Amino acid sequence: MRTTFLLNGSEITAETSPTTTLLDWLREHPNLTGTKEGCNEGDCGACSVIITDANGVRALNACILFVPQIHGKAVRTVEGVAAPDDTLHPVQQAMIEHHGSQCGFCTPGFVTTMAAAHLNGATDHDTQLAGNLCRCTGYAPIIRAAQAAQAAPVPDHMRDTSLPFAQNTSGEPQAGAEPPTTPDALAHWLDQNPDGTLIAGATDVGLWVTKDFRDLGKTAFLNRIPELAGVTVTDNTIRIGATTTLTDLQTAIAPHYPAFAELIRRYGSVQVRNAATIGGNVANGSPIGDGIPALIALGATLHLRSIDGPRAMLLKDFFVSYGQQDRAKNEFVEAITLPKLPDALKCYKLSKRFDQDISAVCGCFWIVVENGQVADVRLAFGGMAGTPKRAKQAEAALRGQPWNASRVKSAMTALEQDFEPLSDMRASAAYRMEAARNMLWRAWAEGDGQATNLHAVTA
Amino acid sequence: MSVSRPLPHDAAHLHVTGAARYVDDTPTPAGTLHLAFGLSDAARGRITAMDLTQVRAAPGVVSVLIADDLPSANDVSPSAHDEPLLATGEVHYVGQPLFLVIAHSHLQARHAARLAQVDIAPVAPILSIEDALAADARFEDGPRIYARGDVAQALGGAAHRLTGQIEIGGQEHFYLEGQAALAMPGEDGDMHIISSTQHPTEIQHKVADAIGRPMHAVRVETRRMGGGFGGKESQGNALAVACAVAARATGRTCKMRYDRDDDMTVTGKRHDFRIDYDVGFDDAGRITGLDVRHYTRCGWAMDLSLPVADRAMLHADNAYWLPHVRIESHRLRTNTQSATAFRGFGGPQGMLGMERIVDHVAGHLGLDPLAVRMANFYGAEAPAKSQTTPYGQVVDDFVGDALVAKLRDSASYDARRAAVADWNAANTILKKGIALTPVKFGISFTLTHLNQAGALVHVYADGSIHLNHGGTEMGQGLFQKVAQVAASRFGVPLEAVKITATDTAKVPNTSATAASSGSDLNGMAVKAACDTIRDRMAEHIAQLHQCAAEDVLFAEGRVRAGAADLSFTEAATLTYEARISLSATGFYKTPDIKWDRIKGHGRPFFYFAYGAAVTEVVIDTLTGENRILRADILHDAGASLNPALDIGQIEGGYVQGAGWLTTEELVWDDQGRLRTHAPSTYKIPACGDRPAIFNVALWDGENAADTIYKSKAVGEPPLMLGISAFLALNDAAAACGPHYPDLDAPATPEAVLRAVHTARGDV
Repeated sequence: MRTTFLLNGSEITAETSPTTTLLDWLREHPNLTGTKEGCNEGDCGACSVIITDANGVRALNACILFVPQIHGKAVRTVEGVAAPDDTLHPVQQAMIEHHGSQCGFCTPGFVTTMAAAHLNGATDHDTQLAGNLCRCTGYAPIIRAAQAAQAAPVPDHMRDTSLPFAQNTSGEPQAGAEPPTTPDALAHWLDQNPDGTLIAGATDVGLWVTKDFRDLGKTAFLNRIPELAGVTVTDNTIRIGATTTLTDLQTAIAPHYPAFAELIRRYGSVQVRNAATIGGNVANGSPIGDGIPALIALGATLHLRSIDGPRAMLLKDFFVSYGQQDRAKNEFVEAITLPKLPDALKCYKLSKRFDQDISAVCGCFWIVVENGQVADVRLAFGGMAGTPKRAKQAEAALRGQPWNASRVKSAMTALEQDFEPLSDMRASAAYRMEAARNMLWRAWAEGDGQATNLHAVTA
Repeated sequence: MSVSRPLPHDAAHLHVTGAARYVDDTPTPAGTLHLAFGLSDAARGRITAMDLTQVRAAPGVVSVLIADDLPSANDVSPSAHDEPLLATGEVHYVGQPLFLVIAHSHLQARHAARLAQVDIAPVAPILSIEDALAADARFEDGPRIYARGDVAQALGGAAHRLTGQIEIGGQEHFYLEGQAALAMPGEDGDMHIISSTQHPTEIQHKVADAIGRPMHAVRVETRRMGGGFGGKESQGNALAVACAVAARATGRTCKMRYDRDDDMTVTGKRHDFRIDYDVGFDDAGRITGLDVRHYTRCGWAMDLSLPVADRAMLHADNAYWLPHVRIESHRLRTNTQSATAFRGFGGPQGMLGMERIVDHVAGHLGLDPLAVRMANFYGAEAPAKSQTTPYGQVVDDFVGDALVAKLRDSASYDARRAAVADWNAANTILKKGIALTPVKFGISFTLTHLNQAGALVHVYADGSIHLNHGGTEMGQGLFQKVAQVAASRFGVPLEAVKITATDTAKVPNTSATAASSGSDLNGMAVKAACDTIRDRMAEHIAQLHQCAAEDVLFAEGRVRAGAADLSFTEAATLTYEARISLSATGFYKTPDIKWDRIKGHGRPFFYFAYGAAVTEVVIDTLTGENRILRADILHDAGASLNPALDIGQIEGGYVQGAGWLTTEELVWDDQGRLRTHAPSTYKIPACGDRPAIFNVALWDGENAADTIYKSKAVGEPPLMLGISAFLALNDAAAACGPHYPDLDAPATPEAVLRAVHTARGDV
């Protein structure tokens, strides 16, 4: 496939297979070896590059970004962060002065991520850099560098613009077929290619390629279908297009359901959230995807589409069993809708590491208390079964009952009838169950005025 | 003088622009081939069939090698010749290399390596410490035992006595740059290797044996590693040897790097330990008798496990005087990755065992653990200089007491301990904990002959200086520190000194850059080389200007002799024109050390490095989740060669040590498969895991031993400051109930919650 984009300010066309990663291409073709491979799965950030498109300037992991995904965009690598006259960028200068590099291998990824944050005026450095691992410094000097550089003006050369052609004309057709650029066209494409692979952010599909060497068959890149992206809020409903990135969803959902937004803040990393889409999160049906429990707790409706037209269902009913979803081969996820209601959502994510870690258990609860009674309740869990799932027994123990400690204890007991979790490298079954039970207790204790938030505590 | 200045890392400007070159960034000739290993999926068994037809037929594959195809030694072991490059019938762990794919691209080689049909007749693997003890699967005939005094009597007569146990997990190095090597075949069978290694000479040796040539036919270069941490002391051998063998077979340049999952599956990690203890003590917590047993999983091959286990024993005292002590160490052979060097080299495990014991004693007596620590310090009851370690070394440089006293004050330990207790009284779900732990770490290789280093220095006629030595740069700033030494010896600005890649053709027979020894050994060797040249220059300039050689002064880029005031360049030119050599080697060997590892007696260490940390944490008793709230560190780097680089080692070492003991959990399944083989499942600290308040200071003092500019080694010791985070978590769990929490490492949320239950006495 041919992909045209700006690379460090100059237009370039790459001829690649659909699944050539930007990282491999950068290192092997223009010999831009500053961008490093640390893990080849989007978990270390050493390959971070800066991508500019109509949505703004964002850091992404080049190791799981396929070249066709960047068609029409601007790419800036670490080699393009210093000015054309070699004047260092403020974050580069600060990294030197504050001793932010030791072995230096993670440094290019830090520099690009920091430069993207700097350009966007972001100063929540711990969040911005949660997706960049450093094994040498202990991070303290890197954060000092980020703070030192944050007030410096953005160098002019950093302001890329995307190429002047629209996203939906991007890419070269495969095997003579037009790449889908509208939902209708996608429905036709999928009808013709029921075993084809849809690629949105590629934060999961990327690993099928880099780690499993899977043959994806025919591929359709969904970044060419603008109608699939974006969040629309009406009086009663929030509609989330399937290819809305987690970053965009976080911003859009924060005013309505802040607990969901905070959960998304811990979903992957900035680089992952800038690529990953909520539709991909749903369609893959992972039992541990963090977006799903929140959406189920919110009473989300899933909208599928095929050549036969749309089909809607409650999201909770989409997940049939481990690895199996209620989706025909010719259907794709078009959108998710949520009722817009007064907020009653609580989200608890439990993982070994706080940031950028897959949940051992993720509990998302919709608990509406009216006049001391539980008027509405949905308790959705990830990590407790082969699919994201609601805790029916525990819900029943609460529904219509007084919201008090003894009822919550009953629900905690009932939870043991709802789930038989597994033991794996993330947690034992017994611990998962205890933690899930205690999440219900936390939901109660928070309202009871007890200190329950580790992150509110200081020395 | 450039020594003692807080200069940035010499390559910082290259790091931040992406211009710093690592092995995989090295431009290679057209036609370079790429390698990948096919790996065993069984933990133990015999290969009954290996069908490589599909591998050979895969796109891009040039050749596939098995053990029988190797031209000479099939051995990548750094010690016991028990580690074949490619399996020879028996397989010993999941991830063992079975065959070698040579292909046109890295991706093609990796892809093809998955296509083999290998039949392995399985044998029940030995995975756990218990398995290995039951099977008596071990290295060496039996346990090593170092002992002093009459432990049985001391324990029997003690006012108080406790037994306990702690499990200590291993640790993946997670150097950001994975293992990598490159071999370029030369004429007449010569081989030029570029390797990401802490030990170029070992690579040279193993490659020479593998291609059946003398060491002189093999040249190994290492400009920098993207992190090492001990993981590139021996674990790079396989890649370099594979590249050399493939380059010999094909006549082409061959390159190999492990994908991250392969890297974590194939290579060794920090040894995990179980430590059992039986301790007797008095009412003040003074330890009167201690019997401690180390059980360590060494994995399938010996690698460096014996000196690692020895060093654990040598740190079983940490900073405490133990009149009657017995340390027993079992080095167990298991069907897992061959555990290897990792920053601290067994010292951290031994030290954590002792810190747990002291903490348990304090918990039992209801005393502040710090009071018990201080009561047991070397020098607490008699002058430290009159006391010896369990292995008979006089502790003649002890500063632990003074250093801890200063930290206790600067970190407001007592007030904060009281505040933590108050906070805990007012909170039910969240609990705080605080701990102050000391570090005393022995500096020198315990294999005495390794304590040597060489250097090669040239001064060119234009006054520029070429610096080379046997140490390798893995991020620690060794090259900059040593360059600062060279610049100081010649009295020139640092810019006059060119740092060059470690190269076995320039300095031979080097030791690994390990054991924190890099700047101690290489700094001294470089000083010797520089002084040789400087003395020659001084003699000549003195002659020209009619003064004594010792009156020729080298400072500020000038050479002054009586009334004469020359630039360094002029002095170099004059010396050259007088036909005097401006090139010299330097050599250094550490004095005064003597060690018998079988008897467990002598002076293995030239000196000790000290430090201490206070960590405050908070835990969530609903899930065991936890945070480090604040860390205060005071660390002894002697008279620092570069305070900025030293503080970098301390901050980074603390976070790495805290990671080892908290989020970094290695999990193997019952088939011996490592389930945590990528950053998605193995969690090193991320940015937000560093302490929110992080105060690091250097102890103001010189090394009592005669080291380079009276500095101290700083690579490994700070890792053990992270023990304070672990014991602070234990302290927080202890606030949940009357019992000692017995926290195991790593203190994952699940382990912390278990400790909370133990403290409460829950079944």
